[in-house]
Amino acid sequence: MVEFTLPKNSKISKGKTWPKPDGGTNVREFKIYRWNPDDGKNPSIDTYYIDLDNCGPMVLDALLYIKDNIDPTLTLRRSCREGICGSCAMNIDGTNTLACTKGMDEISGEVKIYPLPHMPVVKDLVPDLNNFYAQHRSIEPWLQTVSPPPAKEWKQSHEDRVKLDGLYECILCACCSTSCPSYWWNGDRYLGPAVLLQAYRWLIDSRDEATGERLDDLEDPFRLYRCHTIMNCTQACPKGLNPAKAIAGIKKMLVERAV
Amino acid sequence: MATPTSNRPLSPHLQVYKFIPTMAMSIIHRITGVALYFGTVLLAAWLVSAAMGKEAFDCVSWFLGSWLGLLIMFGYTWALVHHLLGGLRHFVWDFGHGLGKEFTTKVAIALPYVSVGVTVVLWIIGLIAW
Repeated sequence: MVEFTLPKNSKISKGKTWPKPDGGTNVREFKIYRWNPDDGKNPSIDTYYIDLDNCGPMVLDALLYIKDNIDPTLTLRRSCREGICGSCAMNIDGTNTLACTKGMDEISGEVKIYPLPHMPVVKDLVPDLNNFYAQHRSIEPWLQTVSPPPAKEWKQSHEDRVKLDGLYECILCACCSTSCPSYWWNGDRYLGPAVLLQAYRWLIDSRDEATGERLDDLEDPFRLYRCHTIMNCTQACPKGLNPAKAIAGIKKMLVERAV
Repeated sequence: MATPTSNRPLSPHLQVYKFIPTMAMSIIHRITGVALYFGTVLLAAWLVSAAMGKEAFDCVSWFLGSWLGLLIMFGYTWALVHHLLGGLRHFVWDFGHGLGKEFTTKVAIALPYVSVGVTVVLWIIGLIAW
């Protein structure tokens, strides 16, 4: 359902402004979304100041600096700090990306940080991704075959393997899906760019033998065709992948199957 | 009973997301598409009045020739041209082409200029012929 405004319990109020560091020469301002499930209040925006001379260059460095030195209650997911786990996906400077690979020098002015858009918030910058993972499960993202298994392994030519480039690199961080207005309005029924890119990855895998069934499952006004090529997914992907092109590939396969 | 998850807020979306050219083009495409419905009503009114007789036709023609009518028709022309160009873009996309990250942004920035340019040229030709 299209709903432009936030529900009552989600409206953002003014939060706390934390003290500036003493004698800093390279101080940066951070506006960070906060919500605590235990205090019964609405979300708020807290303001922090960091002397960048004491902090690493990435947005994740700043968040961990705040957590270690200013406010230990700030809650976020993070793990690998090198753009391969996808945990620290969030909305930074108006765009979804990974905090660990987003340099603070890429942002002008104050650094605004929100959780991934249009998701239920567990706490602070941690969104509930259960629906996203369930949708991924629903496309059965594993090799499906009916042929008798080979003695050693399922083989693939170099040419067929190359078709998976630009798809297998997806880390399921959900930056693309939560950047998509169609996913915002119809996330309960539309699979969203990340899951559709994964679906395409199995559709064009030369070893997979369930292509017909996979296409049958996707041929649906909501699951696939809520994609209106808004292109936010491709613009947002922190791995430089192109979910919009993958979705176009699925649509094309469905047309080619029908004609 | 309140469950631990029932009071979870919805994270901000339109309120915080940076408005980018491709996103703008997408919504303009939809708005011009809706506008074409109303424009088509004008066209239908003009044709129906022609079928009804001279008086009705003169009345509608007078309105369409007034400055307000011309302004509405100019807007209708632009909506038509813009939606047509956007539609061609979708047509190319449906073949799996022109979906690159930078290319789509360039096209999204260029299309409003092209659509306004084409509309102005069409109107210059139209006004000369009028």
